[in-house]
Amino acid sequence: MSEILELKNLSFVYGKGTPFEKRAVSNVSLKINRGELVGIIGHTGSGKSTLAQMLNGLIKPTSGEVLLDGKNIWDEPKKIRSVRFRVGMVFQYPEYQLFEETVYKDIAFGAINKGLSGEELDRAVKNAADFTSLKPELLDKSPFDLSGGEKRRAAIAGVIAMDPEVLILDEPTAGLDPMGREILLSQIVRYHKEKGNTVLLVSHSMEDIARVADRVIVMNSSELVMFDKTSEVFARGDELESIGLRVPQITKIMQSLRLGGISVPDGVLTVDEAVSILSALLKKEGKIW
Amino acid sequence: MEFISIQDVYFSYGDPSEDPNAPNAVDGVSLEIRKGEFVAVIGHNGCGKSTLAKHLNAMLLPDRGKVYVDSDDTADENKTFEIREKVGLVLQNPDNQLVASIVEEDVAFGPENLGVEPSEIRKRVDKALKAVGMYEYRLHAPHKLSGGQKQRIAIAGVLAIQPQCIVLDEPTAMLDPSGRSEVMNTLLKLNREMGITVILITHYMEEAVLADRVAVMDSGRVLTSGTPREVFSQVELLKKHRLDVPQAAELAFRLKGCGADIPQIPLTAGECVKILGEVLS
Repeated sequence: MSEILELKNLSFVYGKGTPFEKRAVSNVSLKINRGELVGIIGHTGSGKSTLAQMLNGLIKPTSGEVLLDGKNIWDEPKKIRSVRFRVGMVFQYPEYQLFEETVYKDIAFGAINKGLSGEELDRAVKNAADFTSLKPELLDKSPFDLSGGEKRRAAIAGVIAMDPEVLILDEPTAGLDPMGREILLSQIVRYHKEKGNTVLLVSHSMEDIARVADRVIVMNSSELVMFDKTSEVFARGDELESIGLRVPQITKIMQSLRLGGISVPDGVLTVDEAVSILSALLKKEGKIW
Repeated sequence: MEFISIQDVYFSYGDPSEDPNAPNAVDGVSLEIRKGEFVAVIGHNGCGKSTLAKHLNAMLLPDRGKVYVDSDDTADENKTFEIREKVGLVLQNPDNQLVASIVEEDVAFGPENLGVEPSEIRKRVDKALKAVGMYEYRLHAPHKLSGGQKQRIAIAGVLAIQPQCIVLDEPTAMLDPSGRSEVMNTLLKLNREMGITVILITHYMEEAVLADRVAVMDSGRVLTSGTPREVFSQVELLKKHRLDVPQAAELAFRLKGCGADIPQIPLTAGECVKILGEVLS
């Protein structure tokens, strides 16, 4: 598999040379493969948002390189805008960024700036609306008449309509209720499956990350501390807890059972997985039929 | 003794003269909250829980039915300010609730408005900041604090009014896991050590299981209420209304469905491990 993004010794310092100098990202090197779904976790202030903003050139690294498809995105600073169409970014609480008269126009805004028009534009908007399950009749409404969850999906559709090769979502489910979270998450998974695009998901919800990510990046006080398969990362529960993170409850339960001498695997991520493991075990021991 | 009594309350945001069929945001809720209780209210967005919360300190008045706070009717305008001193409200976004540029001034804002003596304000501010564990930050700028710290400042601001009850509307929704536990530990401490009645509206089931009582709302009504164990044992009902249950409860419930001998539905990881350990040994 080829890598779409490569970070080489990437660092960023806020307010360099001032008394408020603060190192936000220190010497991060990693490779992200094409078509992967990667989770990024870390407590507030760990540098994960700064890292994400360097991936599409919103922030210029203090040192180090961001390679997109093998090419340093800052080689030609004047063309940095084109990078932002290739690496789409959905910020936290994106619903506050809606501004157009209709949902359709709002979704189309980024794609028009990218240079799409006519039928191509229409198709891009409708596809994006479909991916985020916005009903066609909503497209003519004002974005401000939508419900909270719909607004958020409309804002995400605006980025999807630009058809970015890499989609970065910063806390897409924050503030949504369990049902809204569930709907949005399954749409992200569907988008990722059907398009085969690379998706980066920044989240505080370990349950969400555990369910959908192929690999997980863990940031702590500006440094990359883990980058591994999701089950491997969550198998290191003690280390995660020592840096202010936690593992999903289900992972913790299975780990404790394992420590108690019951033969279950490490790094179990979902309730479905746990149910099938434990029910097989119970059957084997003749405790259920 | 009931501290807050909600009696068959109906409320609609629509104007009944324009639209007689406007849906009720709160649709016939009755609930009693005793002094010193810690009650969690759960339910998905639009179920009416925030609307109900605003009835508890007379920010909204019922269309029909009554809300009594410490035996005073919230519809009695003469009692409005008294009620708001007794019941403080903390909202979801900490950035929208902080008004001053220094932490201690922000906490002093409430008592200043009540016309409390300056020397008394000083005492109350210090006490409130100590109660939420933010005393060392009293001279800091609120906007430079973390989300969990900001939310604790907002709680201190309410405490400085010396309420008997605090209502919190999803205070941890915008926080990271450590910020969430900071706020939760603060609330438990206020409840257990200072005897303050806490009504916590939340989406996080792991917070709800720590309450004395849980009320589940759906479509403006109370679907069920009881101790966390009584409520979260009804896994099917909660799932049907697309609410979360703690993963520990879901795992045990589903294994029980497979025929495993699970004596009771666990609420926490520790309980679940203990029960499953016994079943599997």
